[in-house]
Amino acid sequence: MEQIEFNYAAKRKVHKRAHVGVVGSGDLEVVLEPAEGDVASVFIRTSVHGFRDTWKAVLDRFFTNYDGAVRIQINDAGATPGSVQLRLEQAAEVSER
Amino acid sequence: MSNKGYNANFINRQSFIELDARERATALFDAGTSRELLGPFDRVESPWLPMQGVTPQADDGCVVMKGKITGQAAVVVALEGAFQGGSMGEVSGEKMTAALDLACADNEKGIPTSAVILLETGGVRLQEANLGLAAIAELMASILVLRKHAPVICLTAGTVGCFGGMSLAAGLASYVVMTREARLGMNGPEVIEQENGVEEFDSSDRALIWAIHGGEQRYATGLADALVDDDTPQVADAIRRFVSKGVPPVHRSSQVALYRNRIEELDTSRQWDPKEFRALWATNGSNEEKR
Repeated sequence: MEQIEFNYAAKRKVHKRAHVGVVGSGDLEVVLEPAEGDVASVFIRTSVHGFRDTWKAVLDRFFTNYDGAVRIQINDAGATPGSVQLRLEQAAEVSER
Repeated sequence: MSNKGYNANFINRQSFIELDARERATALFDAGTSRELLGPFDRVESPWLPMQGVTPQADDGCVVMKGKITGQAAVVVALEGAFQGGSMGEVSGEKMTAALDLACADNEKGIPTSAVILLETGGVRLQEANLGLAAIAELMASILVLRKHAPVICLTAGTVGCFGGMSLAAGLASYVVMTREARLGMNGPEVIEQENGVEEFDSSDRALIWAIHGGEQRYATGLADALVDDDTPQVADAIRRFVSKGVPPVHRSSQVALYRNRIEELDTSRQWDPKEFRALWATNGSNEEKR
């Protein structure tokens, strides 16, 4: 299991938390919670080693559109970048509902 | 309940099997009455999995919910089959056991509280070994205490099924509800084949697996109390029916003499055909009225 962390700039408060997904083969769990300040922090635990650059690319893209101050925990069981992107968008959507 | 062998309303049904553990649990309560206890935001997760390089899940694959079913207090504990095969670890086991113990305490205080356990599990989580075994032993003790006060209803919908030590927990339940897609058994087909050879059990023969472990066979031989379609309203209705029924006069697992005789009467020197076995055990020890 590899642990990876990233931080992004945030502009606005988020008021609701969200939990989506499951740590099942090819899938991941996203736990999104409001955070204080102007930073969004992402903590990843993944069963697949050596994909830090891919994670960064997916998250960089997600945070070009997302500016909420949140703490995101990702528990990954080998999801593809496409699945990761969809789960992140789903978590963001649930927290805005 | 359908005896047709297919669901005539297949297209319009609301599949229960396609729901995750949290959605399954929610679907069983009276609308708007449920709340989750020790959910994913509380992050009570397995400390043992990360040590072995396995990614843990924020709720350890065990969803505990409290609410009302037919207006009466109930607790529902659902295992997430997609996380580590729904296996029982120290944390998921303790969550389930504690939920049943609290339900028991409420019953003793005069608040009737039923329990529903949704088992999609291969049994003990191998990475947590003895702690998983201990968890199942504690769970079984808790079921035995609670079921004196209120029904403990086991629902196995599929597609993981319920195997290993958790099949024993299912055996202690007041009522067992299954779908045709679900399987229930102590040893799974692959374990039997591995231990006794392919002549004993061909684990690649799916028709054989369901003819032995499947919900339809378990119901027909009296080892399950209701067979429901993979349809959410139908599943929830079966659960409500058993909650309303309360504690059965005799639990299946208390019928020791009945089952001992049945097993003794079986001629094990030859291979039994599932259909023939069904005919033999059809006089069922099920807790549902015969229809």
